[in-house]
Amino acid sequence: MEDLQIRDAWLDDAEDESNDPGEESVPEKELMTINMGPQHPSTHGVLRLIVTLSGEEVIKCIPDIGYLHTGIEKQAEGKTYMQALTLTDRTDYLNPLINNMGFVMAVEQLLGITEQIPARAQVARVLLCELQRISSHLVWLGTHAMDLGAQSTFLYGMRDREKILDIFEMCSGVRMMTSYIMPGGIYADLPPGFEQAVADFVQYFRGRWPEYGAMLTTSELWYGRTKGIAVLTPEMALAYGVTGPGLRASGINYDVRKMFPYSGYETYDFEVPLAKNGDVYDRFLVRMLEVEQSLNIVEQALNKLPGGEWQIADRKIVPPKKWEVATNMESLIHHFKLFTEGFKPLPGEVYARVESARGELGYFMVSDGSNKPLRMHIRAPSFANLQAMPVTLEGKAMFADIVAAIGSIDIILGEVDR
Amino acid sequence: MTQTSDESANNLVEEPSLLDLARFPDVRKSDFRTADNTPVFIVPAALLLEVMRYLRDEGRFTLLEDLTAIDWQPREPRFQVVYNMIALERQKVIRIKVELPGQEPSLPSVTGLWPGANWYEREVFDLFGINFEGHPDLRRIEMPEDWDGHPLRRDYPITGPRRAALPANWIKLEGR
Repeated sequence: MEDLQIRDAWLDDAEDESNDPGEESVPEKELMTINMGPQHPSTHGVLRLIVTLSGEEVIKCIPDIGYLHTGIEKQAEGKTYMQALTLTDRTDYLNPLINNMGFVMAVEQLLGITEQIPARAQVARVLLCELQRISSHLVWLGTHAMDLGAQSTFLYGMRDREKILDIFEMCSGVRMMTSYIMPGGIYADLPPGFEQAVADFVQYFRGRWPEYGAMLTTSELWYGRTKGIAVLTPEMALAYGVTGPGLRASGINYDVRKMFPYSGYETYDFEVPLAKNGDVYDRFLVRMLEVEQSLNIVEQALNKLPGGEWQIADRKIVPPKKWEVATNMESLIHHFKLFTEGFKPLPGEVYARVESARGELGYFMVSDGSNKPLRMHIRAPSFANLQAMPVTLEGKAMFADIVAAIGSIDIILGEVDR
Repeated sequence: MTQTSDESANNLVEEPSLLDLARFPDVRKSDFRTADNTPVFIVPAALLLEVMRYLRDEGRFTLLEDLTAIDWQPREPRFQVVYNMIALERQKVIRIKVELPGQEPSLPSVTGLWPGANWYEREVFDLFGINFEGHPDLRRIEMPEDWDGHPLRRDYPITGPRRAALPANWIKLEGR
């Protein structure tokens, strides 16, 4: 009997609310503050959100970050440039090759050797970065779809990502923390059979890719969860420093690969997909189209992959090859000096930007002329993208939409906290 | 009216020196080597907001890419706060620096111009201990709230604060 009374009271309240939908301020007692995370599977890492709700509606959403702070910027101050390279793999752990690329570009500009990088290394870098972008987008797609209830996409995504990781393992010996792109070129020559493996993958993936689209792009259920949710206007996107697919889904054409081409991106024929609504669905669509463009770039890179050297010949920067060390005294000295001291760029500063899978990844490096960076700052795209997320939610979204929004900005907490 | 602002914007591209000469006599070019050919200007803290508003509105540097700091200890002025900006329509980049003393470093916040500067400034406050005047919510962001010290300062040990530095001869070679 008592239960019934309570239920009636609750129904009365509900009716009151429905009678007056446009009320300005909700009384304090009806608000509920709940804690989402840090250990929550759909926050993609250890992200904590403090969400204030009025019923199902999100009134306030405050992200609390720092649970994965590992002091990578501080650690880099105590390491030589070659050692600091291995730290960059661990910031955005779905994107290690592109992180390497950004760091290496900064160091190469400090050393003034950007022009000397052999053509084989440049093309290999582009090829590997684009494969990395595809693999990162596959994880994003799988987890994003799984958050919204499409479980099987995750399995397909992981299955195909595994094939890309096999290619990375072939080159560098490891699947994720590759450190394969290094100042002066790439760490080792591309192995025999590499070209065949990539060609096989492209052919296989071209057949598989439409299946992903067929599962989601035109699905009524997917529309319902993503259309018109967490809209980011172009003005807000710029004001909050959002970059990458998030910015391009709002209609602003900024892709580092096009605007500030690096590693020969200006010689590839590809398009930058744009959308205009800036909601979860558009961000989804932009990434889906990006994968196709990345596949095109991989194919072009494969076709023009030249032979020849894969590292510069300057032995003050690049370690000599093993047979040289074994036969030549000077090479042995170079080897010893490089692995005990490392190289010393002239004093100076540089900000190098690359397009990571999540947006503009920037490395701001300052050298004081010693063998260790005085400062290495990582401009992490996820950091800015996450900051803009609450603005798209507060007062406009339901609680379940938070999960859609987190998935659509594709954050990696390792990169947010560094 | 639009035409005029366009012209002044174009002037800024062709002649970056306009920024320090005509309008802001106190702004000077940095003489530190920039390996990426970005024009770098050093702005006094008192002028920062005026210069940044000018750059955003007239120069169309709409995207504040990055905001960070450098600790130059033992040099004085010790800190430099660095702003990297980009003008998307004109594909131009610029870097602004503010020099701050080691004692109570403080400068105005640019959150009024770019709301996205909020977290970046919190990060610099957290890791360098630099104060941003007028910031709406200046709290630690990466470190725990009760943390002592500012980890990215040069005098903060890399090994962390709880472990005292070991003396150089800490390994005792017994029996020798």
